[in-house]
Amino acid sequence: MNELPEDKAARQPKDVEPYDRKKVNRRTFISSLTFLAGGTLAYFGWNKLYLSPKETTADATAGAHAPLRKVLDANGNVFENAVSPDHLARTYPKAMAAKQPRVNGDIGIQKELEDNWRLNVVKSNNETLQITIDDLRKLPKTEFAFEFKCVEGWSQISHWGGVKFSDFVKHYQLNEQAKLAYVGMHTPDEKYYVGIDTPSAMHPQTLLCYEVSGQPLSAKHGAPLRLIIPTKYGIKNLKRIGTIFFSNDRPRDYWAELGYDYFSGL
Amino acid sequence: MKHIVNKHPLAIRWFHWLNFPLLAIMIWSGLLIYWAYDPYAIKLFGHTVFKFFPEWFYQKYHIKRRLAEGMAFHFVFMWLFAVNGLLYVLYTLFSGEWRYLLPKKSSWREAWLVLLHDLHLRKTAPPQNKYNAAQRIAYSAVIVMGLGSLLTGLAIYKPVQLYWLVFVCGGYKTARVIHFALTIGYCLFFVIHIIQVILAGWQNFISMIRGFEVADTDTAKIIVKRTDDERTT
Repeated sequence: MNELPEDKAARQPKDVEPYDRKKVNRRTFISSLTFLAGGTLAYFGWNKLYLSPKETTADATAGAHAPLRKVLDANGNVFENAVSPDHLARTYPKAMAAKQPRVNGDIGIQKELEDNWRLNVVKSNNETLQITIDDLRKLPKTEFAFEFKCVEGWSQISHWGGVKFSDFVKHYQLNEQAKLAYVGMHTPDEKYYVGIDTPSAMHPQTLLCYEVSGQPLSAKHGAPLRLIIPTKYGIKNLKRIGTIFFSNDRPRDYWAELGYDYFSGL
Repeated sequence: MKHIVNKHPLAIRWFHWLNFPLLAIMIWSGLLIYWAYDPYAIKLFGHTVFKFFPEWFYQKYHIKRRLAEGMAFHFVFMWLFAVNGLLYVLYTLFSGEWRYLLPKKSSWREAWLVLLHDLHLRKTAPPQNKYNAAQRIAYSAVIVMGLGSLLTGLAIYKPVQLYWLVFVCGGYKTARVIHFALTIGYCLFFVIHIIQVILAGWQNFISMIRGFEVADTDTAKIIVKRTDDERTT
């Protein structure tokens, strides 16, 4: 038997009590009522959330239930701030990279590229740099193979080359602009647009990319210049960059306006 | 003579009934996510036996083209699911309830006898306390599965930041397969659980709500004796 001191034994919940009809009825009533009330509350609570209106396009996002969006943004903050941006996506030997990396999506690149393509970099309201692909090729080149991850769930090791965004910022003396919270990018036709938090943009593996599998980008992969950002899902890896700008407000983001997480970080 | 036999502490009843809708929401939102890339199938000798999931299933339950919605619900309710699970584990540890829940040395052998008994292949069931050997194994396993879902889920969610976790899970793709397989596991657990609850009867079921069973003296004696045995061993 228990060898607990008297007072301690008294505090132990008793496993068996003498039958007492009133007690049984009272405990059954209270717990059943709580159960039904909880179930009803859960049902209506869920319905309220499920049928809650979608957010309006006020803050660069749309399409998600407003209460959920709040948590998604909070999740972004948690993971954006909790972990050092120095963490590198794992890289692989070139030989492991897919020979023909998968192409998924052609929003913003459906029309043919115009001959006079330039990368527009908005330094300020009255100064926009116009940079050619040859200018970028002169900058130090970085290349690596990593596991590209699509928001749909598939992933594929592929090999990309280009200039680090941070090297690009340094070379074009954009340090002041890079102190703003976000980098915005869009295709020349402005049909696809992304917003990237600047720490992710300045991550050492974020590339302004002009090569895939050791060859110049094909049109479908976003020639002449695309973003490769291994710390984000593919939806942030904008093809055919037309314009880059900096802002403290969240730039518009194509998929975040369709209900996806704005941060979309990995 | 009849007795009130206290069975499930209030905390465990709360954790149990909160987990039910939370897990249901996680599985449903997980399906919305899975649809966007659904390569898994059971194959035998190169022949597809079952594809996850057949077209009619997606149609019937309106799973298609809801990836963003699925992700939003999944990454909100993951917090509640995880916190409820962690609190449950902490409670069982500190309250001593783990004594009834963890498999004992004898459980592995006894679980087999329980199975034979449940299938009506054996007349007597092995002696049991609050939970029989099969239950101990099942209820402990499902917690390990929950931990597995949590870890593989985090690995898929932030594979760059939590690169070490991806490594532990055997890679990004493997983590996703495990995460999926565990979900199928919950569904199987659920089916068996429901069948067992129905077979065990009303007293057993309502004790998960009100916490106690009304039992005769003999039954009560057995439970008390065993409980004491376990407290002292």
